[in-house]
Amino acid sequence: MDIDSKLATHLQTIPRSGIRDFFELVIGRDDVISLGVGEPDFATPWSIREAAIYSLEKGETSYTSNLGLLSLRVKISEYVDDFFHVSYDAHSEVLITVGVSEALDLALRALLNPGDEVIYHEPCYVSYSPSIVMAHGVAVPVATTKEDGFSLKPNALAAAITSKTKIVMLNFPTNPTGAVASKEDLEGIAKLCVEHDLIVLSDEIYSELRYDEQEHVSIATLPGMRDRTILLHGFSKAFAMTGFRLGYACAPAPLIEAMMKIHQYGILCAPITSQAAALEALSGGHDLYAPMKNEYHQRRDFLVGRLNGMGIDCHCPGGAFYVFPDIRRFGLSSKDFALGLLEAEQVAAVPGDAFGKSGEGFLRCCYATGMDDLKAAMDAMERYIGTLS
Amino acid sequence: MNQLLDLLRRNARQSNADLAAQISSSEEAVASQIAAWEEDGTIRGYRAMIDPALDGDDDVTAFIEVKLTPERGGGFDRLARRISRFEQITSCYLISGGYDLLVMVEGKDLLSVAAFVSEKLSTIEGVISTATHFRLKSYKEKGFIFGENSGASRLPVTP
Repeated sequence: MDIDSKLATHLQTIPRSGIRDFFELVIGRDDVISLGVGEPDFATPWSIREAAIYSLEKGETSYTSNLGLLSLRVKISEYVDDFFHVSYDAHSEVLITVGVSEALDLALRALLNPGDEVIYHEPCYVSYSPSIVMAHGVAVPVATTKEDGFSLKPNALAAAITSKTKIVMLNFPTNPTGAVASKEDLEGIAKLCVEHDLIVLSDEIYSELRYDEQEHVSIATLPGMRDRTILLHGFSKAFAMTGFRLGYACAPAPLIEAMMKIHQYGILCAPITSQAAALEALSGGHDLYAPMKNEYHQRRDFLVGRLNGMGIDCHCPGGAFYVFPDIRRFGLSSKDFALGLLEAEQVAAVPGDAFGKSGEGFLRCCYATGMDDLKAAMDAMERYIGTLS
Repeated sequence: MNQLLDLLRRNARQSNADLAAQISSSEEAVASQIAAWEEDGTIRGYRAMIDPALDGDDDVTAFIEVKLTPERGGGFDRLARRISRFEQITSCYLISGGYDLLVMVEGKDLLSVAAFVSEKLSTIEGVISTATHFRLKSYKEKGFIFGENSGASRLPVTP
Protein backbone atom coordinates (compact mmCIF):
# COMPACT_ATOMS: atom_id res chain seq x y z
CA MET A 1 0.00 0.00 0.00
CA ASP A 2 1.20 3.49 -0.76
CA ILE A 3 0.96 4.98 2.71
CA ASP A 4 2.20 8.39 1.55
CA SER A 5 -0.83 8.83 -0.68
CA LYS A 6 -3.06 8.19 2.32
CA LEU A 7 -1.60 10.98 4.41
CA ALA A 8 -3.53 14.22 4.76
CA THR A 9 -2.52 16.61 1.99
CA HIS A 10 -1.95 19.61 4.22
CA LEU A 11 0.34 17.54 6.45
CA GLN A 12 2.48 16.57 3.47
CA THR A 13 3.15 20.22 2.72
CA ILE A 14 4.84 20.69 6.11
CA PRO A 15 8.61 20.25 5.75
CA ARG A 16 10.72 18.30 8.19
CA SER A 17 11.80 20.36 11.17
CA GLY A 18 15.26 21.94 10.78
CA ILE A 19 15.79 21.42 14.49
CA ARG A 20 15.14 17.72 14.06
CA ASP A 21 17.62 17.52 11.19
CA PHE A 22 20.25 19.14 13.33
CA PHE A 23 19.36 16.99 16.33
CA GLU A 24 20.07 13.87 14.29
CA LEU A 25 23.52 15.16 13.46
CA VAL A 26 24.32 15.85 17.10
CA ILE A 27 22.79 12.79 18.75
CA GLY A 28 25.21 9.95 19.24
CA ARG A 29 28.28 12.18 19.36
CA ASP A 30 30.19 12.16 22.60
CA ASP A 31 31.50 15.21 24.41
CA VAL A 32 29.41 17.74 22.57
CA ILE A 33 28.93 21.05 24.34
CA SER A 34 25.42 21.96 23.38
CA LEU A 35 24.10 25.48 23.04
CA GLY A 36 21.22 23.92 21.17
CA VAL A 37 18.88 23.17 24.02
CA GLY A 38 15.70 25.19 24.36
CA GLU A 39 15.08 24.54 28.03
CA PRO A 40 16.54 25.53 31.40
CA ASP A 41 19.63 23.66 32.62
CA PHE A 42 18.31 23.88 36.17
CA ALA A 43 16.24 21.10 37.65
CA THR A 44 12.81 22.27 38.81
CA PRO A 45 13.19 23.95 42.24
CA TRP A 46 12.96 21.32 44.94
CA SER A 47 9.90 22.75 46.69
CA ILE A 48 7.95 22.31 43.43
CA ARG A 49 9.20 18.76 42.89
CA GLU A 50 8.39 17.99 46.52
CA ALA A 51 4.84 19.28 46.08
CA ALA A 52 4.40 16.93 43.11
CA ILE A 53 5.69 13.99 45.15
CA TYR A 54 3.43 14.89 48.07
CA SER A 55 0.44 15.09 45.74
CA LEU A 56 1.21 11.55 44.55
CA GLU A 57 1.65 10.37 48.13
CA LYS A 58 -1.80 11.66 48.98
CA GLY A 59 -3.18 9.66 46.08
CA GLU A 60 -4.10 12.59 43.85
CA THR A 61 -4.11 10.58 40.65
CA SER A 62 -7.48 11.36 39.12
CA TYR A 63 -8.74 13.53 36.26
CA THR A 64 -9.36 17.16 37.06
CA SER A 65 -11.96 19.51 35.65
CA ASN A 66 -11.44 19.94 31.88
CA LEU A 67 -10.39 23.51 32.54
CA GLY A 68 -7.94 22.39 35.22
CA LEU A 69 -8.05 22.49 39.04
CA LEU A 70 -10.07 25.49 40.16
CA SER A 71 -7.53 26.17 42.92
CA LEU A 72 -4.81 26.45 40.28
CA ARG A 73 -6.94 28.62 38.00
CA VAL A 74 -7.57 30.96 40.94
CA LYS A 75 -3.81 31.14 41.58
CA ILE A 76 -3.12 31.71 37.89
CA SER A 77 -5.72 34.46 37.78
CA GLU A 78 -4.06 36.16 40.78
CA TYR A 79 -0.58 35.71 39.34
CA VAL A 80 -1.56 37.06 35.91
CA ASP A 81 -3.27 40.04 37.55
CA ASP A 82 -0.19 40.75 39.63
CA PHE A 83 2.48 40.07 36.99
CA PHE A 84 0.84 41.12 33.69
CA HIS A 85 -1.66 43.59 35.21
CA VAL A 86 -4.69 42.15 33.46
CA SER A 87 -7.65 40.40 35.11
CA TYR A 88 -9.28 37.13 34.12
CA ASP A 89 -12.11 35.26 35.82
CA ALA A 90 -10.77 31.97 37.19
CA HIS A 91 -14.08 30.20 36.47
CA SER A 92 -14.52 31.04 32.82
CA GLU A 93 -11.48 32.79 31.39
CA VAL A 94 -8.56 30.47 32.26
CA LEU A 95 -7.80 27.11 30.62
CA ILE A 96 -4.93 24.90 31.82
CA THR A 97 -3.24 23.04 28.98
CA VAL A 98 -0.43 20.62 28.24
CA GLY A 99 2.21 23.28 27.69
CA VAL A 100 1.80 26.50 25.73
CA SER A 101 2.13 24.39 22.58
CA GLU A 102 -1.25 22.80 23.19
CA ALA A 103 -2.84 26.14 24.04
CA LEU A 104 -1.50 27.61 20.80
CA ASP A 105 -2.83 24.70 18.79
CA LEU A 106 -6.25 24.95 20.48
CA ALA A 107 -6.48 28.66 19.80
CA LEU A 108 -5.64 28.25 16.12
CA ARG A 109 -8.05 25.35 15.65
CA ALA A 110 -10.79 27.20 17.51
CA LEU A 111 -10.47 30.29 15.33
CA LEU A 112 -9.37 29.35 11.83
CA ASN A 113 -11.47 28.52 8.84
CA PRO A 114 -9.60 27.14 5.82
CA GLY A 115 -7.79 29.97 4.07
CA ASP A 116 -7.73 32.37 7.01
CA GLU A 117 -4.36 34.08 7.29
CA VAL A 118 -2.22 34.20 10.41
CA ILE A 119 0.59 36.71 10.64
CA TYR A 120 3.59 36.02 12.85
CA HIS A 121 7.02 37.53 13.22
CA GLU A 122 10.06 35.57 12.14
CA PRO A 123 12.59 34.15 13.17
CA CYS A 124 10.20 32.36 15.46
CA TYR A 125 9.54 29.23 17.41
CA VAL A 126 9.51 26.19 15.14
CA SER A 127 5.88 25.18 15.75
CA TYR A 128 4.16 28.36 14.60
CA SER A 129 3.98 27.78 10.88
CA PRO A 130 3.17 24.03 11.10
CA SER A 131 0.50 24.66 13.76
CA ILE A 132 -1.18 27.21 11.50
CA VAL A 133 -1.06 24.87 8.51
CA MET A 134 -2.39 21.94 10.57
CA ALA A 135 -5.32 24.15 11.54
CA HIS A 136 -5.90 24.78 7.80
CA GLY A 137 -4.78 28.38 8.02
CA VAL A 138 -2.30 30.23 5.84
CA ALA A 139 0.98 31.10 7.53
CA VAL A 140 2.15 34.65 6.78
CA PRO A 141 5.60 35.29 8.24
CA VAL A 142 6.87 38.85 8.63
CA ALA A 143 10.65 39.02 8.67
CA THR A 144 12.24 40.99 11.50
CA THR A 145 15.77 42.31 11.44
CA LYS A 146 18.75 42.58 13.71
CA GLU A 147 18.68 46.35 13.17
CA ASP A 148 15.19 46.45 14.73
CA GLY A 149 16.32 44.16 17.55
CA PHE A 150 14.10 41.46 15.97
CA SER A 151 11.01 43.29 17.22
CA LEU A 152 7.89 43.40 15.05
CA LYS A 153 7.50 46.90 13.65
CA PRO A 154 3.92 48.12 13.15
CA ASN A 155 4.61 49.21 9.54
CA ALA A 156 5.91 45.72 8.68
CA LEU A 157 2.77 44.23 10.22
CA ALA A 158 0.53 46.70 8.36
CA ALA A 159 2.09 45.67 5.04
CA ALA A 160 1.20 42.01 5.67
CA ILE A 161 -2.45 42.54 6.64
CA THR A 162 -5.02 41.52 4.03
CA SER A 163 -8.78 41.04 4.06
CA LYS A 164 -8.13 37.39 4.96
CA THR A 165 -6.01 38.11 8.02
CA LYS A 166 -7.62 36.83 11.20
CA ILE A 167 -4.87 36.38 13.75
CA VAL A 168 -1.59 38.03 14.69
CA MET A 169 0.77 35.84 16.68
CA LEU A 170 3.29 37.49 18.96
CA ASN A 171 6.10 35.99 21.02
CA PHE A 172 8.03 38.48 23.14
CA PRO A 173 10.57 37.75 24.54
CA THR A 174 11.24 35.66 21.47
CA ASN A 175 12.64 32.19 20.96
CA PRO A 176 15.16 32.15 19.12
CA THR A 177 16.31 35.79 19.19
CA GLY A 178 15.63 36.89 22.77
CA ALA A 179 13.93 39.95 21.26
CA VAL A 180 11.57 42.13 23.27
CA ALA A 181 9.02 44.56 21.87
CA SER A 182 8.95 48.13 23.09
CA LYS A 183 5.71 49.53 24.46
CA GLU A 184 5.55 51.86 21.43
CA ASP A 185 5.78 48.95 18.99
CA LEU A 186 3.12 47.04 20.92
CA GLU A 187 0.86 50.10 20.89
CA GLY A 188 1.29 50.40 17.13
CA ILE A 189 0.52 46.69 16.70
CA ALA A 190 -2.50 46.96 19.00
CA LYS A 191 -3.87 49.89 17.03
CA LEU A 192 -3.65 47.89 13.80
CA CYS A 193 -5.35 44.89 15.41
CA VAL A 194 -8.26 47.05 16.59
CA GLU A 195 -8.49 48.81 13.23
CA HIS A 196 -8.57 45.52 11.28
CA ASP A 197 -10.55 43.60 13.90
CA LEU A 198 -7.85 40.96 14.44
CA ILE A 199 -7.34 38.45 17.23
CA VAL A 200 -3.93 38.39 18.92
CA LEU A 201 -2.33 35.17 20.11
CA SER A 202 0.36 36.32 22.48
CA ASP A 203 2.83 33.64 23.55
CA GLU A 204 4.49 35.21 26.58
CA ILE A 205 6.21 32.09 27.93
CA TYR A 206 9.51 33.93 28.52
CA SER A 207 7.95 37.00 30.15
CA GLU A 208 9.58 36.51 33.57
CA LEU A 209 12.99 36.30 31.94
CA ARG A 210 13.42 40.00 31.14
CA TYR A 211 16.74 41.59 31.98
CA ASP A 212 18.20 45.05 32.57
CA GLU A 213 15.46 45.83 35.09
CA GLN A 214 12.93 46.17 32.29
CA GLU A 215 9.37 45.22 33.06
CA HIS A 216 7.49 42.96 30.71
CA VAL A 217 4.53 44.59 28.95
CA SER A 218 1.73 42.34 27.73
CA ILE A 219 -0.24 43.50 24.71
CA ALA A 220 -3.38 42.39 26.59
CA THR A 221 -3.01 45.42 28.86
CA LEU A 222 -3.23 47.95 26.01
CA PRO A 223 -6.50 49.76 25.24
CA GLY A 224 -9.03 47.61 23.39
CA MET A 225 -6.81 44.53 23.51
CA ARG A 226 -8.01 42.40 26.41
CA ASP A 227 -11.15 41.38 24.54
CA ARG A 228 -9.26 40.32 21.42
CA THR A 229 -6.17 38.74 22.97
CA ILE A 230 -5.48 35.16 23.97
CA LEU A 231 -2.65 35.39 26.48
CA LEU A 232 -0.59 32.21 26.54
CA HIS A 233 1.76 31.45 29.39
CA GLY A 234 3.10 28.49 31.31
CA PHE A 235 5.58 27.13 33.79
CA SER A 236 8.31 25.62 31.62
CA LYS A 237 10.80 28.45 31.35
CA ALA A 238 10.74 30.63 34.46
CA PHE A 239 10.14 27.72 36.83
CA ALA A 240 12.27 25.22 34.87
CA MET A 241 9.34 22.84 34.53
CA THR A 242 9.54 21.80 30.86
CA GLY A 243 8.96 18.11 31.58
CA PHE A 244 5.82 18.84 33.59
CA ARG A 245 4.18 20.05 30.34
CA LEU A 246 1.96 22.71 31.83
CA GLY A 247 0.70 25.91 30.25
CA TYR A 248 -2.42 28.01 30.24
CA ALA A 249 -4.52 30.35 28.15
CA CYS A 250 -6.28 33.44 29.45
CA ALA A 251 -8.93 34.99 27.24
CA PRO A 252 -12.55 36.16 27.16
CA ALA A 253 -14.98 33.38 28.10
CA PRO A 254 -16.32 32.58 24.58
CA LEU A 255 -12.77 31.98 23.32
CA ILE A 256 -11.86 29.80 26.31
CA GLU A 257 -15.12 27.89 25.87
CA ALA A 258 -14.30 27.22 22.22
CA MET A 259 -10.76 26.10 23.02
CA MET A 260 -12.06 23.95 25.85
CA LYS A 261 -14.30 22.07 23.41
CA ILE A 262 -11.25 20.81 21.54
CA HIS A 263 -9.20 20.30 24.69
CA GLN A 264 -11.86 18.18 26.43
CA TYR A 265 -12.13 15.70 23.58
CA GLY A 266 -8.46 15.55 22.70
CA ILE A 267 -6.72 15.80 26.06
CA LEU A 268 -9.44 15.77 28.73
CA CYS A 269 -7.27 17.60 31.24
CA ALA A 270 -3.66 18.43 32.01
CA PRO A 271 -1.95 15.90 34.34
CA ILE A 272 -2.99 16.42 37.94
CA THR A 273 0.55 15.92 39.31
CA SER A 274 1.80 18.75 37.14
CA GLN A 275 -1.05 20.94 38.29
CA ALA A 276 -0.15 20.24 41.92
CA ALA A 277 3.45 21.21 41.16
CA ALA A 278 2.29 24.39 39.44
CA LEU A 279 0.28 25.41 42.51
CA GLU A 280 3.51 25.33 44.50
CA ALA A 281 5.38 27.21 41.75
CA LEU A 282 2.89 30.08 41.95
CA SER A 283 2.95 30.06 45.75
CA GLY A 284 6.72 30.55 45.60
CA GLY A 285 6.53 32.90 42.62
CA HIS A 286 9.37 35.31 42.06
CA ASP A 287 11.54 33.92 44.87
CA LEU A 288 11.69 30.56 43.12
CA TYR A 289 12.81 31.80 39.72
CA ALA A 290 14.86 34.85 40.72
CA PRO A 291 18.12 32.93 41.37
CA MET A 292 17.90 31.26 37.93
CA LYS A 293 17.04 34.52 36.23
CA ASN A 294 20.02 36.14 37.90
CA GLU A 295 22.33 33.48 36.47
CA TYR A 296 20.81 33.76 32.99
CA HIS A 297 21.42 37.48 33.13
CA GLN A 298 25.10 36.97 33.96
CA ARG A 299 25.50 34.37 31.26
CA ARG A 300 23.83 36.59 28.67
CA ASP A 301 26.26 39.40 29.46
CA PHE A 302 29.16 36.95 29.26
CA LEU A 303 28.07 35.52 25.91
CA VAL A 304 27.25 38.83 24.25
CA GLY A 305 30.56 40.23 25.48
CA ARG A 306 32.60 37.29 24.26
CA LEU A 307 30.90 37.08 20.86
CA ASN A 308 31.26 40.78 20.10
CA GLY A 309 34.78 40.68 21.51
CA MET A 310 35.82 38.04 18.98
CA GLY A 311 34.22 39.98 16.16
CA ILE A 312 30.88 38.20 15.84
CA ASP A 313 28.16 40.82 15.76
CA CYS A 314 25.58 39.94 18.39
CA HIS A 315 22.73 42.17 19.52
CA CYS A 316 22.08 42.15 23.25
CA PRO A 317 18.70 40.47 23.71
CA GLY A 318 16.35 41.80 26.38
CA GLY A 319 14.86 38.46 27.39
CA ALA A 320 14.54 34.67 27.22
CA PHE A 321 17.80 32.65 27.26
CA TYR A 322 19.02 32.89 23.70
CA VAL A 323 21.47 35.03 21.81
CA PHE A 324 21.26 35.20 18.04
CA PRO A 325 24.64 36.21 16.65
CA ASP A 326 25.07 37.37 13.05
CA ILE A 327 27.53 35.11 11.22
CA ARG A 328 26.97 36.48 7.70
CA ARG A 329 30.42 38.01 7.42
CA PHE A 330 31.99 34.54 7.30
CA GLY A 331 30.32 33.84 3.97
CA LEU A 332 28.84 30.53 5.10
CA SER A 333 25.22 29.51 5.38
CA SER A 334 23.94 29.06 8.93
CA LYS A 335 23.87 25.34 8.40
CA ASP A 336 27.43 25.13 7.09
CA PHE A 337 28.71 27.36 9.88
CA ALA A 338 26.96 25.24 12.53
CA LEU A 339 28.13 21.99 10.95
CA GLY A 340 31.69 23.26 10.75
CA LEU A 341 31.57 24.28 14.41
CA LEU A 342 30.22 20.88 15.36
CA GLU A 343 32.83 19.00 13.30
CA ALA A 344 35.80 21.10 14.33
CA GLU A 345 35.02 21.85 17.96
CA GLN A 346 32.13 19.60 19.09
CA VAL A 347 30.02 22.63 19.89
CA ALA A 348 26.37 22.52 18.85
CA ALA A 349 24.45 25.70 18.10
CA VAL A 350 21.29 25.66 16.02
CA PRO A 351 21.40 27.18 12.50
CA GLY A 352 19.17 30.26 12.41
CA ASP A 353 17.24 29.11 9.35
CA ALA A 354 15.63 26.39 11.49
CA PHE A 355 13.51 29.29 12.82
CA GLY A 356 12.41 30.58 9.42
CA LYS A 357 14.04 32.03 6.33
CA SER A 358 14.87 35.33 7.98
CA GLY A 359 16.99 33.44 10.50
CA GLU A 360 19.47 32.57 7.75
CA GLY A 361 22.87 34.06 8.49
CA PHE A 362 22.38 33.71 12.24
CA LEU A 363 22.92 31.10 14.90
CA ARG A 364 20.84 30.39 17.98
CA CYS A 365 23.00 29.95 21.05
CA CYS A 366 21.12 29.04 24.19
CA TYR A 367 22.72 30.13 27.45
CA ALA A 368 20.67 27.82 29.63
CA THR A 369 23.96 25.97 30.05
CA GLY A 370 26.53 26.13 32.86
CA MET A 371 29.23 28.81 32.80
CA ASP A 372 32.05 26.29 32.36
CA ASP A 373 30.46 24.98 29.18
CA LEU A 374 29.70 28.48 27.96
CA LYS A 375 33.33 29.47 28.44
CA ALA A 376 34.57 26.37 26.68
CA ALA A 377 32.06 26.94 23.87
CA MET A 378 33.19 30.54 23.39
CA ASP A 379 36.86 29.52 23.35
CA ALA A 380 35.96 26.91 20.75
CA MET A 381 34.00 29.43 18.70
CA GLU A 382 36.96 31.79 18.70
CA ARG A 383 39.29 29.03 17.49
CA TYR A 384 36.77 28.02 14.84
CA ILE A 385 36.26 31.46 13.32
CA GLY A 386 40.04 31.84 13.30
CA THR A 387 40.13 29.05 10.74
CA LEU A 388 37.48 30.67 8.55
CA SER A 389 38.92 34.01 7.57
CA MET B 1 24.09 40.03 47.86
CA ASN B 2 26.56 41.82 45.66
CA GLN B 3 26.65 40.18 42.21
CA LEU B 4 30.40 39.75 42.20
CA LEU B 5 30.46 38.23 45.70
CA ASP B 6 27.69 35.90 44.65
CA LEU B 7 29.68 34.72 41.63
CA LEU B 8 32.77 34.17 43.78
CA ARG B 9 30.76 32.32 46.40
CA ARG B 10 29.58 29.89 43.73
CA ASN B 11 32.92 29.51 41.97
CA ALA B 12 35.99 31.43 43.09
CA ARG B 13 38.21 29.95 40.39
CA GLN B 14 36.85 32.00 37.53
CA SER B 15 39.23 34.45 35.90
CA ASN B 16 38.68 38.14 36.47
CA ALA B 17 37.91 38.48 32.76
CA ASP B 18 35.13 35.88 33.00
CA LEU B 19 33.77 37.46 36.17
CA ALA B 20 33.77 40.88 34.54
CA ALA B 21 31.93 39.60 31.47
CA GLN B 22 29.10 38.24 33.60
CA ILE B 23 28.43 41.49 35.39
CA SER B 24 29.18 43.85 32.49
CA SER B 25 32.23 45.23 34.23
CA SER B 26 35.91 45.47 33.34
CA GLU B 27 38.67 43.11 34.34
CA GLU B 28 40.46 45.96 36.13
CA ALA B 29 37.37 46.97 38.11
CA VAL B 30 36.83 43.38 39.20
CA ALA B 31 40.48 42.97 40.22
CA SER B 32 40.48 46.13 42.29
CA GLN B 33 37.14 45.29 43.95
CA ILE B 34 38.41 41.84 44.91
CA ALA B 35 41.66 43.33 46.19
CA ALA B 36 39.65 45.78 48.31
CA TRP B 37 37.57 42.96 49.78
CA GLU B 38 40.67 40.93 50.52
CA GLU B 39 42.17 44.01 52.17
CA ASP B 40 39.17 44.84 54.35
CA GLY B 41 38.56 41.19 55.28
CA THR B 42 35.23 40.75 53.48
CA ILE B 43 36.94 37.94 51.58
CA ARG B 44 38.84 35.78 54.07
CA GLY B 45 40.16 33.21 51.65
CA TYR B 46 39.39 30.70 48.93
CA ARG B 47 39.01 26.96 49.23
CA ALA B 48 37.67 23.93 47.41
CA MET B 49 34.43 22.23 48.42
CA ILE B 50 35.54 18.61 48.87
CA ASP B 51 33.27 15.63 49.42
CA PRO B 52 34.71 14.04 52.59
CA ALA B 53 33.63 10.60 51.43
CA LEU B 54 35.87 10.87 48.39
CA ASP B 55 38.96 12.71 49.62
CA GLY B 56 40.82 9.50 50.45
CA ASP B 57 41.46 10.03 54.16
CA ASP B 58 39.66 8.82 57.26
CA ASP B 59 39.40 12.07 59.20
CA VAL B 60 36.53 12.35 61.59
CA THR B 61 34.42 15.39 62.28
CA ALA B 62 32.46 16.07 65.43
CA PHE B 63 29.86 18.67 66.25
CA ILE B 64 30.12 19.66 69.87
CA GLU B 65 27.53 21.51 71.90
CA VAL B 66 29.27 23.60 74.52
CA LYS B 67 27.68 25.32 77.49
CA LEU B 68 29.59 28.28 78.87
CA THR B 69 29.42 30.61 81.83
CA PRO B 70 29.02 34.11 80.42
CA GLU B 71 31.34 36.77 81.81
CA ARG B 72 30.47 40.17 83.11
CA GLY B 73 31.27 42.79 80.50
CA GLY B 74 32.04 40.47 77.61
CA GLY B 75 29.33 37.81 77.57
CA PHE B 76 30.58 34.82 75.62
CA ASP B 77 33.05 36.67 73.41
CA ARG B 78 36.33 36.14 75.20
CA LEU B 79 35.75 32.44 75.81
CA ALA B 80 34.39 31.83 72.32
CA ARG B 81 37.41 33.49 70.72
CA ARG B 82 39.76 31.53 72.96
CA ILE B 83 38.08 28.25 72.05
CA SER B 84 38.01 28.99 68.33
CA ARG B 85 41.80 29.45 68.29
CA PHE B 86 42.41 25.70 68.65
CA GLU B 87 43.50 24.46 65.27
CA GLN B 88 41.40 21.30 65.71
CA ILE B 89 38.31 23.52 65.68
CA THR B 90 37.23 24.30 62.13
CA SER B 91 34.05 26.25 62.90
CA CYS B 92 32.66 27.87 65.98
CA TYR B 93 29.27 29.57 66.30
CA LEU B 94 27.47 31.26 69.16
CA ILE B 95 23.89 30.12 68.92
CA SER B 96 20.57 30.48 70.65
CA GLY B 97 18.77 27.60 72.35
CA GLY B 98 19.77 24.91 74.80
CA TYR B 99 23.52 25.51 74.67
CA ASP B 100 25.84 28.35 73.77
CA LEU B 101 28.52 27.34 71.28
CA LEU B 102 28.33 24.93 68.38
CA VAL B 103 31.86 23.84 67.61
CA MET B 104 33.08 21.68 64.75
CA VAL B 105 36.19 19.66 65.42
CA GLU B 106 38.24 17.66 62.94
CA GLY B 107 40.68 14.96 63.94
CA LYS B 108 42.49 12.04 62.40
CA ASP B 109 40.40 9.54 64.37
CA LEU B 110 37.80 9.19 67.08
CA LEU B 111 40.34 8.93 69.86
CA SER B 112 42.11 12.12 68.96
CA VAL B 113 38.83 14.06 68.92
CA ALA B 114 37.77 12.49 72.21
CA ALA B 115 41.14 13.40 73.73
CA PHE B 116 40.84 16.96 72.50
CA VAL B 117 37.37 17.34 74.00
CA SER B 118 38.16 15.78 77.33
CA GLU B 119 41.63 17.25 77.83
CA LYS B 120 41.47 20.64 76.16
CA LEU B 121 37.96 21.85 75.55
CA SER B 122 36.07 20.69 78.64
CA THR B 123 38.85 21.71 81.00
CA ILE B 124 38.78 25.37 80.02
CA GLU B 125 37.52 27.47 82.87
CA GLY B 126 34.01 28.67 82.06
CA VAL B 127 33.09 25.58 80.03
CA ILE B 128 30.21 24.02 81.95
CA SER B 129 29.55 21.00 79.75
CA THR B 130 30.04 19.49 76.30
CA ALA B 131 28.06 17.02 74.19
CA THR B 132 29.89 15.48 71.25
CA HIS B 133 28.18 14.22 68.08
CA PHE B 134 30.25 12.48 65.42
CA ARG B 135 29.45 13.02 61.79
CA LEU B 136 28.47 9.81 60.02
CA LYS B 137 27.87 11.10 56.51
CA SER B 138 27.73 14.42 54.70
CA TYR B 139 24.79 15.16 52.44
CA LYS B 140 25.15 18.86 51.81
CA GLU B 141 27.55 21.63 52.73
CA LYS B 142 27.36 25.31 51.88
CA GLY B 143 24.86 24.59 49.14
CA PHE B 144 26.84 21.76 47.56
CA ILE B 145 25.08 18.40 47.56
CA PHE B 146 27.42 15.45 48.13
CA GLY B 147 27.24 11.84 47.07
CA GLU B 148 24.96 11.99 44.08
CA ASN B 149 25.32 13.10 40.55
CA SER B 150 22.20 14.14 38.73
CA GLY B 151 21.06 11.25 36.58
CA ALA B 152 18.93 13.59 34.52
CA SER B 153 20.10 14.54 31.09
CA ARG B 154 18.62 16.81 28.48
CA LEU B 155 18.35 16.09 24.80
CA PRO B 156 21.25 17.80 23.03
CA VAL B 157 19.04 19.84 20.69
CA THR B 158 15.46 20.92 21.38
CA PRO B 159 13.25 23.68 19.97
